[in-house]
Amino acid sequence: MTTTVATVEEGTDSPYALSHLDALESEAVHIIREVAGEFEKPVILFSGGKDSILMLHLALKAFTPAPVPFSLLHVDTGHNFPEVLAYRDRTVAEHGLRLHVASVQDYIDRGVLKERPDGTRNPLQTVPLTEKIQSERFDAVFGGGRRDEEKARAKERVFSLRDEFSQWDPRRQRPELWNLYNGRHAPGEHVRVFPLSNWTELDVWQYIARENIELPEIYYAHEREVFQRNNMWLTAGEWGGPKDGETVEKRLVRYRTVGDMSCTGAVDSDADTIEKVITEIAASRLTERGATRADDKLSEAAMEDRKREGYF
Amino acid sequence: MSTVTAEELSATTLLRFATAGSVDDGKSTLVGRLLHDSKSVLADQLEAVERASAGRGQDTPDLALLTDGLRAEREQGITIDVAYRYFATPRRRFILADTPGHVQYTRNMVTGASTAELTVILVDARNGVVEQTRRHAAIAALLRVPHVVLAVNKMDLVDYREPVFAAIAEEFTAYATELGVPEVTAIPISALAGDNVVEPSAHMDWYGGPTVLEHLETVPVAHDLAHCHARLPVQYVIRPQSAEHPDYRGYAGQIAAGTFRVGDAVTVLPSGRTTTITGIDLLGKPVDIAWTPQSVTLLLADDIDISRGDLLVPSKDAPATSQDVEATVCHVADQPLTVGHRVLLKHGTRTVKAIVKDIPSRLTLDDLSLHPHPGQLTANDIGRVKIRTAEPLPADSYADSRRTGSFILIDPSDGTTLTAGMVGESFAAPEPVKDAADDDGWDF
Repeated sequence: MTTTVATVEEGTDSPYALSHLDALESEAVHIIREVAGEFEKPVILFSGGKDSILMLHLALKAFTPAPVPFSLLHVDTGHNFPEVLAYRDRTVAEHGLRLHVASVQDYIDRGVLKERPDGTRNPLQTVPLTEKIQSERFDAVFGGGRRDEEKARAKERVFSLRDEFSQWDPRRQRPELWNLYNGRHAPGEHVRVFPLSNWTELDVWQYIARENIELPEIYYAHEREVFQRNNMWLTAGEWGGPKDGETVEKRLVRYRTVGDMSCTGAVDSDADTIEKVITEIAASRLTERGATRADDKLSEAAMEDRKREGYF
Repeated sequence: MSTVTAEELSATTLLRFATAGSVDDGKSTLVGRLLHDSKSVLADQLEAVERASAGRGQDTPDLALLTDGLRAEREQGITIDVAYRYFATPRRRFILADTPGHVQYTRNMVTGASTAELTVILVDARNGVVEQTRRHAAIAALLRVPHVVLAVNKMDLVDYREPVFAAIAEEFTAYATELGVPEVTAIPISALAGDNVVEPSAHMDWYGGPTVLEHLETVPVAHDLAHCHARLPVQYVIRPQSAEHPDYRGYAGQIAAGTFRVGDAVTVLPSGRTTTITGIDLLGKPVDIAWTPQSVTLLLADDIDISRGDLLVPSKDAPATSQDVEATVCHVADQPLTVGHRVLLKHGTRTVKAIVKDIPSRLTLDDLSLHPHPGQLTANDIGRVKIRTAEPLPADSYADSRRTGSFILIDPSDGTTLTAGMVGESFAAPEPVKDAADDDGWDF
């Protein structure tokens, strides 16, 4: 690339030009408030990952000085990073929020779901998630998904209608025109809402830096006991690693995404501040999912297939 | 690539743009080159494309696989829906609505263009301005996209000759100007060879203008708001009712047009009550002035009845309210829109019952002629529609305000989004209505 930093934005020196972060923030708040205005019982999917943390931050700003009129829903795989669970509980207490938990371990213990041979629990989240949506009668479910994450997600609408089985049908999506979001749905159906659709990974980090948002420590470089599987550094733990032939070593790493421990890999990194993280991402030659998610590598359409079934 | 700090990066502006092009004019190549040369295609994505291409027995990576995200699209080798792509340079961030050039393109292009500030229309230099080009220009004009770029592609196949480019640019600009397109920038390119996309071409010394990327980076995104009508559709009433804020009552929404200042006299529509702005909260921070597209909360002097769906406007500049709406529409659903159809109309934050009273004409995009009383509009049709609403609607003309002059029609039985609407005399230069006998039909 040959472009250089411009000292003056030609043609955009208007005092009314918004920075890209202000424009994205304003759009996301608009989406969040539309949901508050149009739905009976919305809920925010909250994993303790940076995208859901950012989404909650935007919801807090959208309704200030009133509290957020939504509760939170965490799909607990049973293989969580302890730092992330602690962060989740701290956040819920700090803002006086209500937390719902859908537990994969419960489903396994009751014999409803079976552990997969590869130990990956990400695909198992769909059933507890969709059953919780049905039993609590949530009619709008906020997800922190971004279109830049994955090519199936690039096709996702901001308001995404799901049938009574929570299924996504990419060929029957409603066109989205201007900012006129259509939240109409039949009883039993719900709408998945993605206020961060137009954000990129870099936007998310820049906004977190600008707003000084606290994240779980695992996003910053730290020493950790890891072992290698499928070219990824996985955290050793009771969830099922390492196995025979896999050896644990101590490395300086950080996480780019937070998910189930069985399929979320760490990257070698010495970025222990947010400024260093941003510099690292700006220079990275790998997408965050490509670098750290095993479940997306299962097939060319892994994400699309999971989304069709009701995954976020 | 130059090193930029986080601060410099976050100060950049955002440009939303759309591409329009038919199947063989090189749109995928142009999109691929913009993504690739701006470092938006990362190693693992490219690897996945190489792997998939090799699996299909192709020698070179098929860049269309980068943009075709769905199983069905990859299997059929077509793009079936709008996808949104993201890339950035140190100067600006871009959201690209990548609209397919397939038969269903009208509704897709309308969808992409509805939020775009710029449209790139591709033309094959060997073929010049064709029917498809005129349709694309007409849709850009209809949707009032502020900036249009004509990318004359495949210049390498016409020996990079200036007269070829000049003739196409002149013909297109004349046509687009007649339609009311405010600004056309014509750029001779070869997306395949990389001429004038990101790098200036070494083959076209006669061209002194910007490359596609340079133009995208420098085109103005903020408009002169001083003369805009200020509009705030009320989304949500914020009432904490807490010990700390016992009396706080704020009207939250995203400013759809213009600017609001503390002290402005405002009118609530459709009720017509008036009051004064006593405070503006910009997501928790008090400010004196706010403008589109900021999401804000307005505090008002009087405790009057205001709820979601109302429109706050300056008292000196209120739109007329009416239960009769005339508009140009693009029908986006598979089931047709007919006279007598009972629908829901969403305008801003307000959804009202409505009935389709008349469909006076259907537009033929090829020659901009009007087919009178078509009886119904089917998928991808553009036409004029008269609608009666159950409650008065404070709608602006789309020509004045894209946000408060637009609406959607919804099927009340199943929630389907039926139609995209633009209020008022929105088409710049309609031809006289043709006799029905002259109309030989159209099929897209």
